[in-house]
Amino acid sequence: MGTTIKATPEIFGHAENNFFNASSGWKSWAFTLDHKRIGIMYLIGVTTALFLAGVFALVLRSHLWIANSEMLTPAMYNQMFTLHGAVMVFAFIIPSIPAALGNMVLPMMLGAKDVAFPRLNLMSFYLWVIGTGCLLYAILAGYGLDTGWTFYTPYSIETESGVIYATAGAFVLGFSSIFTGINFLVTVNTMRLPGQGWFKLPLFIWSLYATAIIQILATPVLGITLLLLISERLMSIGIFDPRYGGDPVLFQHFFWFYSHPAVYIMILPAMGVISELIAVYSQKRIFGYSFIAFSSVAIALLGFLVWGHHLFTSGQSLVVTLIFSAITFSVAIPSAVKVFNWLATMYKGSILLATPMCYALSFIFLFGIGGLTGLFLGALSTDIHLHDTYFVVAHFHFVMVGGTLTALLGGLFHWWPKMFGRMYNDMLGRVGCFLVFTGFNLTFFPQFVMGSRGMPRRYATYDPEYQIFHQWSTIGAFLLGIGILLAFAVLVYAAFKGPKVGGNPFKAASLEWQSSSPPDFHNFLHKPVMTDPYDFDAMVYDEDLDTYIHREFADPAKVPPRVEPIHH
Amino acid sequence: MMPQIPMLLAQIDEKVRELTSANAHDTPVPDEAMVHEGSYWFPRVASSYASDVDFLFMAIFWISAVFFAIIVGVMIYFCIRYRRIGGKIEPQPSASHNTTIEILWSVLPSILLVWIFYVGAVGFFEMRISPEDAEDIQVTARKWNWSFTYPDGDISSELHLVRDKPARLVMRSDDVLHSMYIPAFRQKMDVVPGRYTYAFLMPILDGKFRLACTEYCGEEHSKMRTMCQVHISEKDRKENTQWITADHKPWENGERLYKINCSGCHKVDGTPATGPALNTIWGEPENLIGKAPRLVDHNYVRESILYPDRDIVEGYGPVSKMNSFQGKISDKDIDYLITYMQYLKTGEVVELKDENATDAAAPPAEEPAQAPAEAGTGENN
Amino acid sequence: MATADPQVHDEHEHGEFIAHHFDNAEQQYDSGKLGIWVFLVTEVLFFSGLFVAYTLYRSHHPEIFDQAHVFLDKWLGGLNTVVLLFSSLTMALGVRYAQLGKNKLVAFFVLITMVCAAVFIGVKAIEYSHKWDQGILVSSAFNYTTVHAVPATAIGKALHISDYLVYLSAIPAILLVGFLIAAVGFTVGGKKILGIFCGCMAITAGGYFLGVVGAQVYMNVTDGGVGGSHASQPILLYAQEDHAADDQAGAVDDHGDANEEHSADDHGSQASHGPDPTKFVRDIGIFFSIYYCMTGLHAFHIIGGIIALAWILWRSLLGQWRSDYFGPVDYVGLYWHLVDLIWIFLFPMLYLID
Repeated sequence: MGTTIKATPEIFGHAENNFFNASSGWKSWAFTLDHKRIGIMYLIGVTTALFLAGVFALVLRSHLWIANSEMLTPAMYNQMFTLHGAVMVFAFIIPSIPAALGNMVLPMMLGAKDVAFPRLNLMSFYLWVIGTGCLLYAILAGYGLDTGWTFYTPYSIETESGVIYATAGAFVLGFSSIFTGINFLVTVNTMRLPGQGWFKLPLFIWSLYATAIIQILATPVLGITLLLLISERLMSIGIFDPRYGGDPVLFQHFFWFYSHPAVYIMILPAMGVISELIAVYSQKRIFGYSFIAFSSVAIALLGFLVWGHHLFTSGQSLVVTLIFSAITFSVAIPSAVKVFNWLATMYKGSILLATPMCYALSFIFLFGIGGLTGLFLGALSTDIHLHDTYFVVAHFHFVMVGGTLTALLGGLFHWWPKMFGRMYNDMLGRVGCFLVFTGFNLTFFPQFVMGSRGMPRRYATYDPEYQIFHQWSTIGAFLLGIGILLAFAVLVYAAFKGPKVGGNPFKAASLEWQSSSPPDFHNFLHKPVMTDPYDFDAMVYDEDLDTYIHREFADPAKVPPRVEPIHH
Repeated sequence: MMPQIPMLLAQIDEKVRELTSANAHDTPVPDEAMVHEGSYWFPRVASSYASDVDFLFMAIFWISAVFFAIIVGVMIYFCIRYRRIGGKIEPQPSASHNTTIEILWSVLPSILLVWIFYVGAVGFFEMRISPEDAEDIQVTARKWNWSFTYPDGDISSELHLVRDKPARLVMRSDDVLHSMYIPAFRQKMDVVPGRYTYAFLMPILDGKFRLACTEYCGEEHSKMRTMCQVHISEKDRKENTQWITADHKPWENGERLYKINCSGCHKVDGTPATGPALNTIWGEPENLIGKAPRLVDHNYVRESILYPDRDIVEGYGPVSKMNSFQGKISDKDIDYLITYMQYLKTGEVVELKDENATDAAAPPAEEPAQAPAEAGTGENN
Repeated sequence: MATADPQVHDEHEHGEFIAHHFDNAEQQYDSGKLGIWVFLVTEVLFFSGLFVAYTLYRSHHPEIFDQAHVFLDKWLGGLNTVVLLFSSLTMALGVRYAQLGKNKLVAFFVLITMVCAAVFIGVKAIEYSHKWDQGILVSSAFNYTTVHAVPATAIGKALHISDYLVYLSAIPAILLVGFLIAAVGFTVGGKKILGIFCGCMAITAGGYFLGVVGAQVYMNVTDGGVGGSHASQPILLYAQEDHAADDQAGAVDDHGDANEEHSADDHGSQASHGPDPTKFVRDIGIFFSIYYCMTGLHAFHIIGGIIALAWILWRSLLGQWRSDYFGPVDYVGLYWHLVDLIWIFLFPMLYLID
């Protein structure tokens, strides 16, 4: 059928008629069922949350510049770190890659016109808006929130701050996440292109699929936990409240039964993005496809069995502690396997250090540190020392920010030309990446040292011994902030003013690159050709369109001979 | 009921509260404990197991460093060696998978992980299981101060230990979650309301160290820091510490409470009555009806007092004949009763009888209250 | 799309009910089916938190669970179980007729399902209001006293209606009247289908009152539930088994007093034995905390089910189901079966403890 389609700009190049101008007016966005528009609205939403929570972080770091700071009162400090954590986790990181990037890319990667349930998708977005609104209402209404993002009982039952609004917000955000998960899972199951078997899916899809499983299986438990916490506050039902015979540690078990898998909701999609980036910018078939694919699923499933490692010091029984520690170590293996496979993919590749690849490389660096420091916390005796110190703070920032945020930025730079049909300034993009990388390390590396020297987390004032580390950290935080601002400035400028670009500027092989840029409202104007997502030789350069198209659409005379990869 | 004794204890409690909260806003951490002395990564090694923790930490550190150096080194090398030159996309053919190497790099790190897990677990048991001869120090955490009660009844707002003398902290919280953390000891344990938790301390270095709360507990969480001082001898501790003195030793308070509340059904001379005798059971396993035997420890005693029909000792069933003391007796009172049971277990019955004699001559305010209680319940048994 | 390549989009004909992004009816049906199953998994997990809490507290306080269920009337619970099982049958018939495209029969069976759901809620309202009357509330507010209970011996079998029941019934009453007026209005106004729909909704609201009246009559006939007068129940809780009968007979007043009086006759060694109000309040309260959380959440799901069923009813009245398009009926049916299934677990766990 390829021969019947002429490679025109409308189909493969920069399309002037696309999903942006398919319809107009605010209603065409507010009530859109188009996954691309919902993805962009999500992106705007989560970015706003990122900047808001980032400002909270900078206020915190400024406060910690000196040991006995009086910039914030202790109560304000507590509210600030709580909101930083809650907004970052619930409103930004969890929906960031799946809901923003995933919405834009997932259906196209399957050659589908939309996700399986577009209305549910839109509802999911509005639930995100309502949930984030509830979370922020806690501040605006003057209640504040000072429980820490973990809402540990019994403090969260006693405190006078707006716990009900915040937990109601997190509850609603949980449903937003569940609906996204259901949508993606069903879409991947039923809407693949004919001939697109499970092992011809891009690894990003595998990771989103594994993420969807976690969202579906873990988030409801958070829902019921928060509902019980709300009932506890409203009516003192006594399930978590020791005053009425309840067990406060039960809350921790419930909470981490969700929130530990939620860590993998944050990192798995990031790993998927990195798998795509490394392959495309090395122009190499991904090494050990099935190992990476199954390691995603393995991480998702093992992730359900390790929640107890957050409770090593809570007084749970020694045997239980031992078991949780052992399972925790088993999660390390699939994560390490992915890193090795990425490196092997780069071997003998044709590596282009474009902005997305720079982010991918800094991901490997930062996630490497984040993952390896996890070993200190998984081992029992060292965890007793390091638990609830700055070491933990640094560890999870290396994973969540160094991992997820870096991958989000890398993914945005990679798919930006697809979404907007315009190219960014690569040099400025790389400068932004460098600033993010440097600032991030400067912020969080000193925190490892502080933590190991015994600096507890969530302290508004601290012993002068740690001041020098805090100051490095604060300088780094501002550098990181500037880097993120620059990265988004480059992206936003490119979206409006960047040079126009064709459908596939990076010679990527997954299906979404077979459309025009920006894509048509229906995603594809032709039926996409089923191709292996890592068979880069199938893509050939078209001089007229100045972009890469699938060989089936190209002039047969121009198609170079294929380079067959060696299989062992 | 006799309100006098609980009221008296409540007053002591109040006194502790006042004295410790006076310190709460300028933490009693001495300057010398605030200066970093120790290796680059750690404070000083002040407990028996701290060096094991440090060893594992450094072992993981170097293992990680080697892996990390290899990963980043290879990554940078590939980026230079295989960089795209002049925009020409020319990847060289190479294998896209190799099962042998993939299994190898999955299994080999696993072996290291097993070793790390093993060392961590061994160190963990060392930190968690206290020896028989450890002195029990009662710890009460509340927003936002600590109080420490020693076996001889002394109370302090800082933790005072004796070098080379093992101690077990028996901790409870009056309000929310707290966590007891002594960096120099590498020891940490949450303090949970509604139950007891334990922390084992084995100081090997004298000096002043920091003790901090590491579980977020509200507004002044960061002020919930105090000092842990390790003395060179028992005598040094006794003489050079500012104590918050209680009027009675804890086991004496426990005995008073026992006489008021328990002596009707529980004997202390080893003979079974309505309930089991209390002088021998501490630390021993009890056979329970329909359940596995359970060791009589802090939580067991507490639960038996508050929820008597949960665990019923064989021979005293089928249902519990005991009343719950929920709401009648404070957690502090239970502490005293436990110290009394421990005191009994050490076997100094003679002294106990002496104490009874001196008690009879105790302040008259208590006597009329006590006498009928003894008489009333004594007859039933 | 104006720019769309006609060759591509004419490849398959989009049926009336096939959304634009699906290739064919089969793909749409499969997606919906998988979607609803996954959603049901999340529902099960949502309840699983409560099941875990139940299991933990039951293992910690077995004696409370053994005794507290006396307050739950297993006949009313059993009635609700039968009603829900029957509704599952009618729902399954509804799905079957949707597959055959017989819209009127679908509407009929869906209506019966909705009425059963409303009856369930009505019976639940009696159970709840009765407990609230007696102060059987969650841990913190648990304040059991027979003072508020039906003074069965004094007034006999006279009709006693709880204040709480009146508040609970306000919304169904408004719905009943509102839908009746709407039904008449639409029918007179010539909008026949809307009229029938509103009539059906009014019948559903009536189902609630059917449940309420039925359960209330049962309460009055049996002096407040199985075992007769509620005044005897607190004694059952704390007396030893062999004295249970005596306690029942002897207890007329507040349980504390009754027991003191009773234990005076007893052996001296048990002088101190008796119900401790503090413990009674606190521990038994946890049972009812869990009871209210579980049944309350389940009741919300029933109400959600009624709304979903109303949507199915409306589309049945419009005659939209065909043998090649009946997905929504199937999906709502699955949801309804799950809600039933959860009750099948809740009923023995809460009512039939022994």
